[in-house]
Amino acid sequence: MKVGIVVFPGSNCDRDMYHVLTDVFNLDAQYYWHEKTLPKNIDAVILPGGFSYGDRLRAGVIAAHSPIIKDIQKIANKGIPILGVCNGFQILVESGLLPGVLLKNESLNFMCEWTNLIVENNKTPFTNQFKLNEKIPIPIANGEGRYYVDDETLKQLKKKNQIVFRYSQVVNGSSNRIAGVCNEDGNVVGMMPHPERAVESEINPIDNKPSSLIFESLLVKMGASN
Amino acid sequence: MSLEPQELSELKSKIGRDPTSTELHIIAAEWSEHCSYKSSKKHLKMLPMKGPLVINEKGYDSGVLDVGDGYVVTAHIESHNHPSAVEPYGGAATGVGGVIRDILSAGTRPIAIFDGLRFGNIEKDQQARWLFKNAVTGIADYGNCLGIPTIGGEVEFDDCYQNYALVDVAAVGFGRKENLIKNHAQKDDLVVLLGGSTGRDGIGGSQFASDSLESEDRSAVQIPDPFIEKLIIEAILEARNHKLIHAMKDLGGGGLSCAVSETAEALEIGIEMDVDKVHTRESNMHPDEIMVSESQERMLIVTNKTKLKKLQEICKKFRIGCSVIGHVKSDNQMHVKKGKKTFANLPTDVVANATLLDLPSKKPAYLETIQKEKKLKPISNYSKTMMTLLASPNIASKIWVYGQYDHEVGIRTVLKPGADASVLRLDNGKFLSAKIDGNPKQCYVNPREGAIGCFEEACRNVVCTGAKPIGMLDHLQFGNPKDPEIFWTFLESLKGLTDFAKYFEIPCVGGKVSLHNETPAGSIKPTPVIGVLGLIDKKPLVPQKITESDCLVILGDTKDEMGGSEYFEYIHKFIGGRCPSVDFAESKKNMKTVLDSIENLLLKSVHDCSKGGLAVAVSELCMTNQIGCNISLDKIPCEKLDVDRILFSETHSRYLMTLDKKNLKKLETLLKKNKVSFQLVGHFGGDKIQFNDGKKTIIDLRVDKAQKTWLNSLRDLVLHG
Repeated sequence: MKVGIVVFPGSNCDRDMYHVLTDVFNLDAQYYWHEKTLPKNIDAVILPGGFSYGDRLRAGVIAAHSPIIKDIQKIANKGIPILGVCNGFQILVESGLLPGVLLKNESLNFMCEWTNLIVENNKTPFTNQFKLNEKIPIPIANGEGRYYVDDETLKQLKKKNQIVFRYSQVVNGSSNRIAGVCNEDGNVVGMMPHPERAVESEINPIDNKPSSLIFESLLVKMGASN
Repeated sequence: MSLEPQELSELKSKIGRDPTSTELHIIAAEWSEHCSYKSSKKHLKMLPMKGPLVINEKGYDSGVLDVGDGYVVTAHIESHNHPSAVEPYGGAATGVGGVIRDILSAGTRPIAIFDGLRFGNIEKDQQARWLFKNAVTGIADYGNCLGIPTIGGEVEFDDCYQNYALVDVAAVGFGRKENLIKNHAQKDDLVVLLGGSTGRDGIGGSQFASDSLESEDRSAVQIPDPFIEKLIIEAILEARNHKLIHAMKDLGGGGLSCAVSETAEALEIGIEMDVDKVHTRESNMHPDEIMVSESQERMLIVTNKTKLKKLQEICKKFRIGCSVIGHVKSDNQMHVKKGKKTFANLPTDVVANATLLDLPSKKPAYLETIQKEKKLKPISNYSKTMMTLLASPNIASKIWVYGQYDHEVGIRTVLKPGADASVLRLDNGKFLSAKIDGNPKQCYVNPREGAIGCFEEACRNVVCTGAKPIGMLDHLQFGNPKDPEIFWTFLESLKGLTDFAKYFEIPCVGGKVSLHNETPAGSIKPTPVIGVLGLIDKKPLVPQKITESDCLVILGDTKDEMGGSEYFEYIHKFIGGRCPSVDFAESKKNMKTVLDSIENLLLKSVHDCSKGGLAVAVSELCMTNQIGCNISLDKIPCEKLDVDRILFSETHSRYLMTLDKKNLKKLETLLKKNKVSFQLVGHFGGDKIQFNDGKKTIIDLRVDKAQKTWLNSLRDLVLHG
């Protein structure tokens, strides 16, 4: 079972994600530089957080034109699980794989703090081990993390069950307190909070079990499809 | 240019001719106070720099400590005061960039940033507020983009920094000992300039920083680009893994002049370089400008012809510039050419070694009377005074600041900002604890005791996490050294730090001297900032939540030491009094006792007692744990003192220990065995912070109300004035 971690110039959570996948969950993870191609037999792809291209123009917008995005689009169409975290989410949105946009936080500041997520969709490859409405204590760290969609799109997202995570309280002014969404098929998931920062008890002062379920969901999904 | 007339004639006699214009630029940069340490170097030698864990190699820009199992920790501290006072965003951001490259140049990956920020009175002065706000954003934008967590620091406001700013940045690196760059070079090796292009920013920055700040010379301020810095970090660590780097140096103050001459001098080689080979941001740059530009995000690397191709490949992958600008010679000359024409040709020892000064010093007149205390207006309502202190900018929570810094990236941060000291996990199962502390108010009242106090406070903070101090960084910030009274305060501080370092066997692993911190309104107060690194072999003390009926034990005596306290200065607007002084033997005993108690798993948490004294320290425990407490002032260990002094004196070597009452007996036995002064002073519970003087409750605050004020007041002040 092979998980690819895509590295863009300026990615900075790639090594953290690698550590969690390999050392905590014993997965076979590999880095893929943004100019490389992804192998056909890959089982899942993660776009980690960071500041691809220094957030120039708009977070994620330049990376969305990287050569590897074409491969990611193909893989997405095949139903393979793809997770974008923070800047990875921004890149998935900018490349059109996920709906909506990410705007500057309401405070106009970078925010690094612990939040609580509520699981709204437990059918995705990254949430299948959760109960609906389960709470996840998890940190955010972003400047452009306010998810925005217009009212019509929001209706569609609700109807098609594309809202995956919501904040339990207002954090940054996101539409409908949305923290993570998926595509219509449910295999591409993007989220602003950082699950890789919350799975180890040593650095998570609250409760590391809920975040671990994000990765355990992937393990179950990959186990089921192999 | 700021070469003094006697320096010019000295240069002429050393090289036996008139210098060229380029040579003058190079020498002016390299002999500036900022690069040469000419006023301080003679005296800095007094600091102990060796220790069992210290690895000393030539040409390192950062201190290196062996933390066992084949791993090293690197550390350095820098400031960017003048630039930040003119352009706080860029000045603060490039301050981060510079110190990060110092860590990188040893071949280690930067894993943490700390920042110490000082500004004028933000309650009154809009300019100070603007400087503060933008310096914080500058640090946040730079560190966050690099993916290096900013995990600790301090923020302080004082009238002496009006129209000025002190921006100190410390950084810590981590790596394998075998990957350390062993700076060496041989004839015909290549000299490569890697990273951002050289432009007309930061021209003469080091001289700018070596004068008092009188004009806003914006072209002397460097422009930050954290994205390029991030690419450089990854490119260099990849090159390091392929063993492509013989020697490496960051381009900081003095730009190419400094990097080339210091590399040549440290490695005892000559370097011949061609300014036409330097990749520049704009055409038609004069060789003088190229040599002294302080454009950021550049590194100088020595490699050889066979390794160059791979190095270029790596740079191409990251799309960063990589120019071969020269080669190594065996003649100990720094030879700067443009094409075939020579622009400078100087012996490297002349360039790199300014004549060191032995400046006169004289005890400042103000110190003769400053100890005397004025009769102060009695406090009628201590609860109200407490709320005023909790809302004051120096004591209020700094969450508005560190909430803008990514302090989690890298997934090492075990103890996060807001704790006494931050703690990082290392790859060998050990933990690194670190803290920086300064206290200009006390250093002004007593330069020696104040400096020692900063050092002890930083030690106390790392000890509170269960760490043993293993190294210190000193950053000595003063006014114009040519003023004998200012220079005296510098020497006194330095002697104090040296005495403490020797007594506690904590080596100085790195530091920086920043002089000429003055505006037309005058000099800053003496502001040494001390960083302490501590190592934890097993587990750090992660504070457990305090619950109903837990005990509070105070370790250490409270003394009549109100000089430079927040209570005197903020509440009574009085500068003066007796400065807290550290009793070395008592300090050592108390540190050891805290570490013993942690090791024996007797404590829920330990909190250091400092700014605002006991009353503030106890309140902080209550507010962070959202629980009340009831303290009897007559139980506080002290000689006979009045209520004000017990509550607000900032005596050192004191710790607040919290514990489950079931451990009380064991703790008392341990404390008695260690022969320390201590008392059980109260219990936690309820929802009020209460201090009792006999039967009278003199402070009575609701925890939730106090917490709200403490958490929000700094943000409200910045946003709404």
